[in-house]
Amino acid sequence: MKYAEEFRDPKAAKALLAQIAAVADQIGARRDKPVRIMEICGGHTHAIFRYGLDKLVHEGIEFIHGPGCPVCVLPMRRIDECIEIAERENVIFTTFGDAMRVPGTKKSLLQAKAGGADIRMVYSPLDALELARRNPDREVVFFGLGFEATTPPTALSIQQAAREGLGNFSVFCNHITVPPPIRALLDDPHMVLDGFVGPGHVSMVIGTHPYDFISRDYGKPIVVAGFEPLDLLQSVLMVLQQIRDGRAEVENQYARVVPEHGNPVSLAAIADVYESRPSFEWRGLGEIDESGLRIREAFREYDAERKFRIGYGARRVPVAEPEGCACGAVMSGRMKPVDCPQFGRGCTPEMPLGALMVSSEGACAAYFQYGGARAVAE
Amino acid sequence: MCLGIPAQIVAVTDPDRMMAMAEVSGVRREVSVAPVAGGALEDLVGKWTLIHVGFAMALIDEDEAAATLEALRDLGEAQEALDAMAAGDAAIEGGR
Repeated sequence: MKYAEEFRDPKAAKALLAQIAAVADQIGARRDKPVRIMEICGGHTHAIFRYGLDKLVHEGIEFIHGPGCPVCVLPMRRIDECIEIAERENVIFTTFGDAMRVPGTKKSLLQAKAGGADIRMVYSPLDALELARRNPDREVVFFGLGFEATTPPTALSIQQAAREGLGNFSVFCNHITVPPPIRALLDDPHMVLDGFVGPGHVSMVIGTHPYDFISRDYGKPIVVAGFEPLDLLQSVLMVLQQIRDGRAEVENQYARVVPEHGNPVSLAAIADVYESRPSFEWRGLGEIDESGLRIREAFREYDAERKFRIGYGARRVPVAEPEGCACGAVMSGRMKPVDCPQFGRGCTPEMPLGALMVSSEGACAAYFQYGGARAVAE
Repeated sequence: MCLGIPAQIVAVTDPDRMMAMAEVSGVRREVSVAPVAGGALEDLVGKWTLIHVGFAMALIDEDEAAATLEALRDLGEAQEALDAMAAGDAAIEGGR
């Protein structure tokens, strides 16, 4: 195994793999009757492929790649709306680089930028704030996207803008939350998941209790994990041990970083600035109740949705996926990336057709980068 | 973009806005320490934190920082974060 040799501590990895195999055998996991474990976080998906963990673990364990890649679950319509805002007179549109190549119905942000729109890649919403300070005669809009790990930074930036009275700064809020899609997946009668590996850095913000429903209401184990390869193997082992012992608990493998109750400052900022939308559209998963956030009335001046009368609040027209794109089926675990007819043909990381090929955290891009050659060789 | 990158706080730069200078792999970047500012800001100098899109999201110990940085380098995420920081600086300076 090529990647196995690159483990920082190969001895520890071997020991964990042996323990995983032993427990997998105890619970009767086999290739034709696998234990299915969903890693929720796109960072975990990336790490699993980087180290080939899916091939190293016992053959009775199947990883299902969850909806935790924020640009991958973004419907095309949201990108269209970004471009509509960016192409307005006098706007500087700022975004994380990850969103630049996501295809909209007509073009991506990168293509809109090439066409003359003032779209700038920033590292932080604080960069957008600084742009607003330096360009008082321009409207600076920040594309707020991502899960609970990126929500506090935009919330704190909006609070800062309010303190400074920076009226030319606003956020186009498309933030989403992790627990609701997990509930939606568990409610789907076609989905057969046996347990979860929970996200690390999202949990550093929200703590472990938002996952209580997974064990309490659905009887499934979840282990919050770090993203070093040994963390992931340890977490898989903990999930398997729960299954073997007939337990369904929320366990925290990443306690060295994730506090049980999360980060109080971040949680307070989220609660102060944002409120839940009644529902939000996810690419591949459809509308999910209470899964997206919008900016509260008290901060309306900083809400691009209100300022430009654009976005989820204004228009909710679902847009069909591009012809031949199976991102939806892959996202919900019904299809493997390599089984998509466009995989590696009409859809590559350089020229993505669907969002799962865009980000390194997307399942298709991960398969392409690390698993494509492997799949062909098999 | 969901993964934080470890950095060491080297100086407080703007106490009113809770900003501090953080250093990662020899690159310096001003960050907000609001999420980890429980006590006096000066107490954060020398501490290791997980920086996420310009905010120190959690305090971590030095060993954890080293292990995390190594994992991020393996994934190419460390360089991605450093590139994004540079892109952010360029965007502010008027680069389109």
